[in-house]
Amino acid sequence: MDQFVLNWLFIGASFALYIGIAVWARAGSTSEFYAAGRGVHPITNGMATGADWMSAASFISMAGLIAFTGYDNSTFLMGWTGGYVLLALLLAPYLRKFGKFTVSEFIGDRFYSKTARMVAVICLLVASITYVIGQMQGVGIAFGRFLEVSATTGLLIGACVVFAYAVFGGMKGVTYTQVAQYVVLITAYTIPAIFISLQLTGNPIPALGMLGEHTASGEPLLQKLDGLVTELGFNSYTGHHADTLNMVLFTLSLMIGTAGLPHVIMRFFTVPTVSDARWSAGWTLVFIALLYLTAPAVGSMARLNLITTVYPDGTASAPIAYEERPDWMATWEKTGLLKYDDKNGDGLIQWYNEGSDGFAATAAERGWTGSELSVNRDILVLANPEIAGLPGWVIALVAAGGLAAALSTAAGLLLAISSAVSHDLLKGQLTPNMSEKSELMAARISMAVAIAVAVILGLNPPGFAAQTVALAFGLAAASIFPALMMGIFSKRINNRGAVAGMLAGLVTTLVYIFLHKGWLFIPDTNSFTDADPLLLTIKSTSFGAVGAMINFAVAIGVSRVTAAPPQEIVDLVESVRIPKGAGAAAADH
Amino acid sequence: MADNQSDKNAYWSANIRIVTWCLVIWAVVSFGFGILLRPMLSGIAVGGTDLGFWFAQQGSILVFLALIFFYAWRMNKLDAEHGVEED
Repeated sequence: MDQFVLNWLFIGASFALYIGIAVWARAGSTSEFYAAGRGVHPITNGMATGADWMSAASFISMAGLIAFTGYDNSTFLMGWTGGYVLLALLLAPYLRKFGKFTVSEFIGDRFYSKTARMVAVICLLVASITYVIGQMQGVGIAFGRFLEVSATTGLLIGACVVFAYAVFGGMKGVTYTQVAQYVVLITAYTIPAIFISLQLTGNPIPALGMLGEHTASGEPLLQKLDGLVTELGFNSYTGHHADTLNMVLFTLSLMIGTAGLPHVIMRFFTVPTVSDARWSAGWTLVFIALLYLTAPAVGSMARLNLITTVYPDGTASAPIAYEERPDWMATWEKTGLLKYDDKNGDGLIQWYNEGSDGFAATAAERGWTGSELSVNRDILVLANPEIAGLPGWVIALVAAGGLAAALSTAAGLLLAISSAVSHDLLKGQLTPNMSEKSELMAARISMAVAIAVAVILGLNPPGFAAQTVALAFGLAAASIFPALMMGIFSKRINNRGAVAGMLAGLVTTLVYIFLHKGWLFIPDTNSFTDADPLLLTIKSTSFGAVGAMINFAVAIGVSRVTAAPPQEIVDLVESVRIPKGAGAAAADH
Repeated sequence: MADNQSDKNAYWSANIRIVTWCLVIWAVVSFGFGILLRPMLSGIAVGGTDLGFWFAQQGSILVFLALIFFYAWRMNKLDAEHGVEED
């Protein structure tokens, strides 16, 4: 069957499944819309949270991030999984016990301050909206590549599907669609990885294959890879080349940011009990780890495959001729994500590290005048089935998987945005007397508006869209996580301390990012660069952890010199700390 | 609610102890073995590389998993011991 027809079949079937779920899981009350009626099984919630969390970045980009950098980018692996330990031990069970619908609602009630709630809402909206732009763009690009429609059409189709289950089903519809999306994305990710691992190492489990022997050479795979990359002037794959302080702070920022992302936290409001929230965090990490343990294996094997494709007789011999390149290279050249430029005019594909001083002499000796191949790191996962020569249905499955990853995260973010608007802004601030029925309608309208805004921003992405990750994680780490943690673990932090802490964390982090990336991300307005940052070796992407420390310090300092919280707040904290009575707290609604 | 203030305090300090130990392990396997202490572990070979690399790319994730499940199991036991489990 034609590849194009297969792509349509797989993507069409997965979309039909999502819409079928939307029809089945309609939300009839605000509790169903915001928290799926608190009846989601912990394992089901774990799977849904896995899909909610793993975005287009995890599915498409992460293996490439590891492949082209090696050990130094292990920070992403540890950071994006280690955050779940913080979430499970420090936040999820307590916030479930509190038994309300949004993250900002906890901050508002615990710090008995509407200002605190609004600061939290603003952080939530900025983090979630910037994050959702990237997902919408991912949807458009995936459609464009696999269905040969324009990115705009692709984005609109994706938005219609999300509309179907998110507006009518709310959290309930999103939860069960995310479960289906998890199954699609994990199958799509692991099948090509298993085949590639079998081809290279004979081991069907990629994570073990990476540590095993490269069958063709008889050497351990990672040792073989280290040899190949250093022979071409690149940094060794397993070596430590990055700045250590920045690595530690970047990992910590990703961890704290993960634990503070509202669209992830709110998924834990959907399970029936406090104990379920604890188990569910574990299941979430199980489902995430299936992908995160496979990603570094995919990265190392794809890098090895690429090098041996270009240098079939070893790096000391001549590379392949452009005319003899494999078909998949030609396919991806069309997208512009893989480029060839015959700099020395010999018709061969020289690919090496042209920036390496140590390698310059060798390159000159071999008559090379620059690296001629550039490979965008985002194509590795999508091109993997073609590189490994897998059948057409695997390629179609990977396309459906990439879309599932982007759509599930987009839906989770849109839900966080719409509940902040309808529950925190409208019900909490502007029209507190709204009936449940009108709040449900308001929630649906907010969702529809949020989708429309996401589509507009996805079609006309502001220049800062690429900085999304730094911004979203920086804000979540510096403002939301510390406020939540202090709200639970301290009885002494008061309204003034919390607001001052959040603002201090938020402002210092924003200013630090702007100083390095440009004010409001306008090019050339930056005073520093990440290559030569303001403080020590701390890049702007790693500042979230520092912002969090500032938040903690300011909140504790200000609380010490101002009045202690009233007795009812102390009682609230004590009740949040023990699981007993979680059912009663939920019954308030 | 728990019977009296001293039992509530005992429950909470037991929880803090468990959380603290879990977070110490969390930090040691990731920031420690995975990054800062990697040079000290470089002598221990694991499948074509060293133990520090393994912790950075696989080991830390596996330990994180074990920690969360241990915490859930241990806290459920602690809830029952102090009579604060859910009805």
